[in-house]
Amino acid sequence: MDAEDLRRAITRIAHEIVEHNQGLAGCVLIGLQTGGVPLSGRLAEALKQIEGVDVPIGTLDVAFYRDDIGLRPVLPEAVTDIPFELTGKAVVLVDDVLFTGRTVRAALDALNDYGRPRSVQLAVMIDRGHRELPIRPDYVGKNLPTRRDEMVDVTADGVDVGTMEKRAAQR
Amino acid sequence: MRHLLSVADLGPDGIEEVLRLTDNFVEVSARAIPRVPALRGKTVVSLFYEDSTRTRLSFETAAKRLNADTMNFSVSSSSVNKGESVRDTVTTIAAMGVDAIVVRHSSAGVPWQVARWTDAAVLNAGDGWHEHPTQALLDCYTIRERRGSLAGLRVAIVGDVKHSRVARSNVLAFSLLGADVTLVAPPTLLPPSLAGWPVAVSHDLDDVLPKADVVYLLRMQRERQTEALLPSLREYTALYGLTRDRAKLLGDDTIVMHPGPMNRGVEIAAEVADLPGAVITRQVANGVAVRMAVLFLILGSGGDLGG
Repeated sequence: MDAEDLRRAITRIAHEIVEHNQGLAGCVLIGLQTGGVPLSGRLAEALKQIEGVDVPIGTLDVAFYRDDIGLRPVLPEAVTDIPFELTGKAVVLVDDVLFTGRTVRAALDALNDYGRPRSVQLAVMIDRGHRELPIRPDYVGKNLPTRRDEMVDVTADGVDVGTMEKRAAQR
Repeated sequence: MRHLLSVADLGPDGIEEVLRLTDNFVEVSARAIPRVPALRGKTVVSLFYEDSTRTRLSFETAAKRLNADTMNFSVSSSSVNKGESVRDTVTTIAAMGVDAIVVRHSSAGVPWQVARWTDAAVLNAGDGWHEHPTQALLDCYTIRERRGSLAGLRVAIVGDVKHSRVARSNVLAFSLLGADVTLVAPPTLLPPSLAGWPVAVSHDLDDVLPKADVVYLLRMQRERQTEALLPSLREYTALYGLTRDRAKLLGDDTIVMHPGPMNRGVEIAAEVADLPGAVITRQVANGVAVRMAVLFLILGSGGDLGG
């Protein structure tokens, strides 16, 4: 996927969100730290183009809710910022890559501590498979079959699939 | 990081890491449900051989907000009264399966000893006159909250430096983060030697106050003073107390701090403690978040941050 494909996918997902929710009343976007945050901003821009509405945006860091705390280094990347009430809202969680589903599980736990949303939907740019939990996305940019040991990077320029070695070599 | 015994173990990078993580726990503490499941299944025991209200409650609150289980040990209701040694007490507690022990003791070095006797993580909550690292961390956080950074700030630490573990940990932490520290005290309340301390010394509070960005008042520790170090408390207050008249010398942005418990009317005038520049209750509030950060780094992050 290049930058153009990414832009089209974001526009399509935005249309799907509007269609699915029959408008944007009560909708909020929450980007998962760190990859989901820029995407949630771009989705909000696309939604504004379509419906002319500013959708509230928050960010969520799930480090304290992970189930692998103590097994590997877990440190939050940023401070969670949800400057609005969640109770009764339709929350669209936004992330760049959906993989095992464990981050999303942690995010669902975290949301619970902030309020009781009317519904929670999941938007991801890439679904790369290998789910370990019964979680599926509501909106997908692209389904991208991968091997387990591959890495998927989503940037403003597009989507890149590589191996650990390739990523190390680029640094 | 396996233990938190001294500020020196952390170094400037370790301190920055704790302060950065504290931002997250300040956010957690501000929520309607101020609790995260990060340390579920861990047990934190506080082992306090000395009186404490704020530090013990603060550690306990921090552990509970991380969903850890807490156990409490206080000397007055324990086998210590039957003559049990520190070592046997620690072994007994460790045998129950604890993940962290928060230690306070009137003798310097006890937390280091405890760390040798157990596999659990040890957090120093104050050892004698020596160190009180989490107090220094929460003070650094509180200053940063007001001023953005400690680099280049002029900090005056005023009062009973000799008996103060808070002063020792804070001198270390403040100077590691780039602040200029001046100790202000009568000669009898300074340590016998200041060799190797990165500080300036003054005996004239009126001269220091107008130039200070932070005025840190220490508690007059009458319970530790075994000899006559002062002619009288009134004379001390007249020369070294932050009285109402002296508070007028403070700059508009100057922060007034105190580790508590305050002797109002001795080192700090009753009404000075309630000035806008006084951040004494912020220190207490930030203490919980800082201790959450420390507990998370040691028990939860799985990361290795020196120490």
